[in-house]
Amino acid sequence: MYSLQNVSYAYGDTPALQDFSLSLDKGKFYGIVGPNGCGKSTFLDLLVGSKEPASGTLLFNEQPLSVYKKRELARQVALVPQNFSIGFDYSVEEVVLMGRHPYIHRFASPSLEDWDLVQQAMETIGIEHFAKRSIMELSGGEKQRVIVARALAQNTPVLLFDEATSNLDIQYSLQIFNRVRKLVKQEERTVIAVIHNLNFAAAYCDEIIFMKNGRVCKNGAADKVMNAESIAEVFGVESEVRFDSFSKTNQISYRYGEKMV
Amino acid sequence: MGSAKTYKYSFLLIGLVVATCAAIIVSSGMGYMQIPVTDIIQVLWANITGNTAVLETMDKAVPFVVMDVRLPRILTAALVGGGLAMSGVVYQGILLNPLADPYTLGVSSGAAFGASLALLANLVFPGFMSVSLFAFIGAVVTLFVVLHLSSFNGQISANTLILSGVIVGAILSAGISFIKYLADEQVAVIIFWLMGSFASRSWADVGIVAIAVVIGLMITLYYGRDLNIMSLGGRSADSLGVETARTRKILLVTASMVTAICVAVSGIIGFIGLIVPHLMRYIVGPDNRKLLPVSIFAGATLLLLADTVTRAVLPSEVPIGVLTALIGGPFFCVIFRRKQKRGNNV
Repeated sequence: MYSLQNVSYAYGDTPALQDFSLSLDKGKFYGIVGPNGCGKSTFLDLLVGSKEPASGTLLFNEQPLSVYKKRELARQVALVPQNFSIGFDYSVEEVVLMGRHPYIHRFASPSLEDWDLVQQAMETIGIEHFAKRSIMELSGGEKQRVIVARALAQNTPVLLFDEATSNLDIQYSLQIFNRVRKLVKQEERTVIAVIHNLNFAAAYCDEIIFMKNGRVCKNGAADKVMNAESIAEVFGVESEVRFDSFSKTNQISYRYGEKMV
Repeated sequence: MGSAKTYKYSFLLIGLVVATCAAIIVSSGMGYMQIPVTDIIQVLWANITGNTAVLETMDKAVPFVVMDVRLPRILTAALVGGGLAMSGVVYQGILLNPLADPYTLGVSSGAAFGASLALLANLVFPGFMSVSLFAFIGAVVTLFVVLHLSSFNGQISANTLILSGVIVGAILSAGISFIKYLADEQVAVIIFWLMGSFASRSWADVGIVAIAVVIGLMITLYYGRDLNIMSLGGRSADSLGVETARTRKILLVTASMVTAICVAVSGIIGFIGLIVPHLMRYIVGPDNRKLLPVSIFAGATLLLLADTVTRAVLPSEVPIGVLTALIGGPFFCVIFRRKQKRGNNV
């Protein structure tokens, strides 16, 4: 899907990404983990085409990302942003319908297919019962689910999540991860998600990319790279990773309290 | 989907168009010389069809008063009202701020500065400079200075735009104060211009504003849906295939040009561009494609009514800018409070 070679990006003089070389394949669930401010969101911005690399090459389906028109790319890649605010009184349904924007001709009305996909997306996330409510009346977590539904309505082969579940309680976090996991498995979609909760990353991702200071620190199969050394190296935190028989996956436990010297 | 909503909307739009036309005809009859509505319709019809024979039977003054005195003023007022309301919709949409108005970027301060400069020069050399032209130039120069100040790496953020507008506006206000100081005893001319007026507008004014509003409406409607999507924020809009940075610039320049022309023709008229979009959004919802047409007609009706009140109802003419602020201000407070209460109940 994506192939990056020595990609760098800077905000003015402050480098955000340096020498990024990676290749991301179709039909996999990628997790990006790393400390705050290490360039994760910038990385997603490059993948979605809203920022252009300062140097290096970024290929999407074997072609430089810059040759794609915005609209074309929006039919390939959807982004669920980290935080989201909307100052206008749109209904939930109207916001989800915005996900169909790249498919609807400028002066045309949404087709039946568009409305079907909107309905499906809302059902997948379980928000169809408040479809007519105003987005401004919803809680942060509810808004976040609307915005996930909007990305699903966009119906793209690639989905990017920028800490999309950070506002959600455990029930809805698991629900969204489960649904997304299913999309990867059944429909061969590619998901690239910035995840703060390492246990979620270990449980759901096929591959994990550890980032630190704008560089790729480690990347590879989740069960290989998600270990105490990587976590210590990237986050400076003591932990233990072991197989958990209840969740049937590797889980991380941390040492709490300040370390005694 | 939502056909009941569509009916309601069409009904509102047609209602507003009819209201605008009615306001134009009725206010043409009002003033020092009262003219019956039937005569006005006859005059208008005769001028549209070019068949002026019917006017022979009428008092000679009637066609003159309607066509050459009142109608240019009335149409200018209506068009400026529509133009300001349209710009207000665009500004509020782009700046993601329902409190933005066409003057947020300092266009009004720029126009005021240009006009004051021209008025001051005219005190020394009478008739030397065109006040409208200077107002327009002032507005456009200010717009580009503000845009330049707030662009960074080809991106413009809403907050830096508002901030740049405020800063440049503050500098220009100081400049205007200085010009007023220089004007000394003649300062009244400048003050009157700043308060806005539609008195003695010509058909040329009508034509210029009409062209600006029509072109502005076409451009803003073309980008209407993109503007809707942009309310999700630039990052989301980008990922949905909107050329956010470019669209934002095109819309800002369009709305500001329309505002600049309105201000050059009429002086500074506040609150129309703030209240009308607000009120209409309350009724038709936030979809800009629906909001733009109804706001234009509502703005036209409202400003025309206000101008008619000051021209024909009040015993002496109150500057229109003062009147809109006096009526609009308290009205806005009411909407604002109501909205806040509604927000708190959630």
